[in-house]
Amino acid sequence: MPDKTVEKKVEALPGDTVSTAGVVVADAGPAPDKARSLWSDAWHDLRRNPLFLVSAVLIVFLLVMSAWPGLFTSASPRDADLAKHYLGKPNWGHFFAPDWLGYDVQGRSIYARVVHGARASITVGVGVTLAVTVLGTVIGMIAGYFGGWTDTLLSRLTDIFLGIPFLLGALVVLNSFNDRTVWVVIMALAFLGWTQIARVARGAVITIKQADYVVAAKALGASTSRILFRHILPNALAPIIVVATIALGGYIAAEATLSFLGVGLGDTAVSWGGDVARGREQLRIAPHTLIIPSVMVSITVLSFLMFGDAVRNALDPKLR
Amino acid sequence: MTIIDETAESPAPDGSGDTGRPLLEVRDLHVEFHTRDGIAKAVNGVNYSVAAGETLAVLGESGSGKSVTAQAIMGILDMPPGRIPKGEILFRGQDMLKMSGEERRKIRGSKIAMIFQDALSSLNPVLSVGYQLSEMFRVHQGMSKKDAKVKAIELMDRVKIPAAGDRVNDYPHQFSGGMRQRIMIAMALALEPDLIIADEPTTALDVTVQAQVMDLLAELQREYNMGLILITHDLGVVADVADKIAVMYAGRIVERAPVHELYKRPAHPYTKGLLDSIPRLDQKGQELYAIKGLPPNLLRIPTGCAFNPRCPQAQDVCRTDVPPLHPVTERDGTELAGRGSACHFWKETIHG
Amino acid sequence: MAELSKTGEPQDATPNVSEVEVVDAHSESEAVAAIEAPVERGEPILQVRNLVKHFPLTQGILFKKQVGAVKAVDGISFDLYQGETLGIVGESGCGKSTVAKLLMMLEKATAGEIFYKGQDVTKLSGRALKAVRRNIQMVFQDPYTSLNPRMTVGDIIGEPFDIHPEVAPKGDRRRKVQELLDVVGLNPEYINRYPHQFSGGQRQRIGIARGLALNPEIIICDEPVSALDVSVQAQVINLMERLQDEFNLSYVFIAHDLSIVRHISDRVGVMYLGKMAEIGTDEQIYDHPTHPYTQALLSAVPVPDPESREGRERIILTGDVPSPANPPSGCRFRTRCWKAQDKCAEEVPLLAVPERFKGQDTPAAHESACHFAEEKDVVHAS
Repeated sequence: MPDKTVEKKVEALPGDTVSTAGVVVADAGPAPDKARSLWSDAWHDLRRNPLFLVSAVLIVFLLVMSAWPGLFTSASPRDADLAKHYLGKPNWGHFFAPDWLGYDVQGRSIYARVVHGARASITVGVGVTLAVTVLGTVIGMIAGYFGGWTDTLLSRLTDIFLGIPFLLGALVVLNSFNDRTVWVVIMALAFLGWTQIARVARGAVITIKQADYVVAAKALGASTSRILFRHILPNALAPIIVVATIALGGYIAAEATLSFLGVGLGDTAVSWGGDVARGREQLRIAPHTLIIPSVMVSITVLSFLMFGDAVRNALDPKLR
Repeated sequence: MTIIDETAESPAPDGSGDTGRPLLEVRDLHVEFHTRDGIAKAVNGVNYSVAAGETLAVLGESGSGKSVTAQAIMGILDMPPGRIPKGEILFRGQDMLKMSGEERRKIRGSKIAMIFQDALSSLNPVLSVGYQLSEMFRVHQGMSKKDAKVKAIELMDRVKIPAAGDRVNDYPHQFSGGMRQRIMIAMALALEPDLIIADEPTTALDVTVQAQVMDLLAELQREYNMGLILITHDLGVVADVADKIAVMYAGRIVERAPVHELYKRPAHPYTKGLLDSIPRLDQKGQELYAIKGLPPNLLRIPTGCAFNPRCPQAQDVCRTDVPPLHPVTERDGTELAGRGSACHFWKETIHG
Repeated sequence: MAELSKTGEPQDATPNVSEVEVVDAHSESEAVAAIEAPVERGEPILQVRNLVKHFPLTQGILFKKQVGAVKAVDGISFDLYQGETLGIVGESGCGKSTVAKLLMMLEKATAGEIFYKGQDVTKLSGRALKAVRRNIQMVFQDPYTSLNPRMTVGDIIGEPFDIHPEVAPKGDRRRKVQELLDVVGLNPEYINRYPHQFSGGQRQRIGIARGLALNPEIIICDEPVSALDVSVQAQVINLMERLQDEFNLSYVFIAHDLSIVRHISDRVGVMYLGKMAEIGTDEQIYDHPTHPYTQALLSAVPVPDPESREGRERIILTGDVPSPANPPSGCRFRTRCWKAQDKCAEEVPLLAVPERFKGQDTPAAHESACHFAEEKDVVHAS
């Protein structure tokens, strides 16, 4: 009983002026700050969080790599030089040279493949996250706001999709496509992955729609779209963003897994997952062909997870 | 700061009613919180004491530091961001701030217990009330499950929960607000503590239930001869049960007095303003007196007297010098027992 | 009405309320015209008749079955006169906040009528309903949840103008918002700040400014100061009284704090479990209460003056308020009443001037829903 957490009652009050029944009274102390939205407060927090800074630097680096791989290497990931086959031990001293990280079984530069493979992972990760966020938010908001049978219907639909094992489902869906481009993979993962966001969005909307400021807007005669987009969505966005950023890492891992299993991107595509799959066969002779792309997947997933964690801490002050 | 040596060394006697020495004494307590915008000075040198069988009311508005002081006493302050840079909390003469975590845990619950404002969130919703009550006995006194349950029912009877035997297996949400607060009181009483700290115990309750709960608390306190620290913002609730009052503002005690004295003749402009700003039940007033301005920002407490920007009597000295807690006397200089006012102009305030 | 008589409960004989002059509007524009028409000071502006709100209790997930109802408001009637403040007091669960929601048309009434200037607003829609909404505004209890944390103060106070663009032309809005800030005693330069940068009292001022924006005639205040510190409460109460005079407003002031209600109200209604127990002028209710519940409520109020309370009689009620899903038969207060007799369980007492005081010119002659109404001064020390 005595160990109950008690809310701290330290209220930072702006030292401002206030007038009482028409009398303007100057409070001590200067007006400390300008307009500070909750978003700018969150940004203020993020900037000082080392976790955020490290993950943000890594993510920017990965984004640049996937957008302009040419900046990092001039070697092509597809140029196979069978003469280097199996001989391609890494040359740790040759920074950024094609033979820096050695060659794979077909004599292709692993460094070039790592650099070019980033695009597939990042595109799938970001693409799936965007699609899932939009789809999940719309479904969750409709279910949460309108309630009743709409909610019952959409919630059951969510449950059904939630019942499908994510990877197994993706495996089955993707298996039915012969030409698996990045877009096909994105669509397949988004089709199966929107449920988590929908649930979070629904929960947030149900809480927010009972808030007094929403009631106040209704009392003023505000239209449904106004209530949804001016009042509910901006306040529901924080938890949605948090879930989305954390999930992003998961989608990158999923793409790698699917590629590893041979149902991700096609064989001709350059992707980390595919390289891990091929590297597995040379595990004893050339372990680096497996380890290097695996490490890249891990770093990327970890960066996004850390990023998501930092964003959550900044957006949800209750966790502080 | 001199410590009375003999008390510091002698082991805490078990008996109650050694009236010579206060049960709990807070000396020059400071608490601060490190926030993003700077250091919030929540408590700035609080001194008070409670004896066995005595009720001290700590009165203040939000941000006055009244709850933070209580949390510091209970040792449930979040540290960090909280910090206690200075001060002593003596329980039966021993400084609790210097104790080990284990020693403090032993005092907490069995010697000092706390009652919170919101009983619903202070009780575990998934455990029955009887289980939570009997847990106290099983954990602290090693009772058997059966004996503990009997004790739990006894305790529920004690706080006048009707049909306690039938309701012992009910869950917190099945009780009304008033009943839940009684259960909280029962939990606090379970180990027959020497001191109870009640933080706004009736604020969440309706007036008709408020009176029941306050009466129960006062009755139990008399019976067990406990010390009671009653933390509240409600001048009305205090008037009923307290022996003495300490009024807090911006982390300091600005006035202390026996309860009747305070209402009759406040000696601090803040107390006076508070009393004047409450509408009266028995007469229809004109415009209410309002203390102007806002409660102070704890990050930037005004220099001098913290109340000076809101005070109708403020002079230059109030903006530069922090007023100490002056002993309050009659016009002719006879001391008024237990009275003090941290105002440079206390004489003008009390004697008009 | 038909629905009501089914329940078999007798209607209140309502001598306290004046007859409703129903305005028959055949078209929407006639209705709007009636709503826009001015009302003389002291004339009824809002008339509530036998208002009922039952929240159904349902079971089942897909096919819901009604298993009962929470009778939050169970047939109350009152008038609000132009320019006055009607206080409504009661404990939690008595239905006072539901009354506020019904008056604001945030909940649909189960039965009964709410006449605003002779128009039954429960039956209005479209343009006429919008016109009513413009004229009845609300101030909320919790200044921390009633302002959207992602909007600036300027957007919050300006929102009424976005919804009712006819009130203020677009270019004029910023100036209007700044004026409103000034009226409620806030610095007009704060227009771009966010709610969390203000203290509770300041936020409540922002809420009041939003309520004033459309120049309403009625403001429903649901516990407007109970979340504020004592020293700030007085400021806000004074502000509300000043605004009432300045803008010729009528208030419905809902609160649990009897002292504050007395201070601000001209007339007071006491609610218990969805029914009005007693209603009258502030003097009649506070100095000459005749309903035992009112007496108990008044005597339980802690008075910040130990001297004056010593002579006071305290009535401490036993038990808790029963559940509104299953209220006691007859008089709802009988389970906690020290006067209760068999009659109280059998017959619902009507809200009317008690027989014994009828025709007398005493302050005790006001409506009280008790079979054994009796005057008792519990506020003043004997």
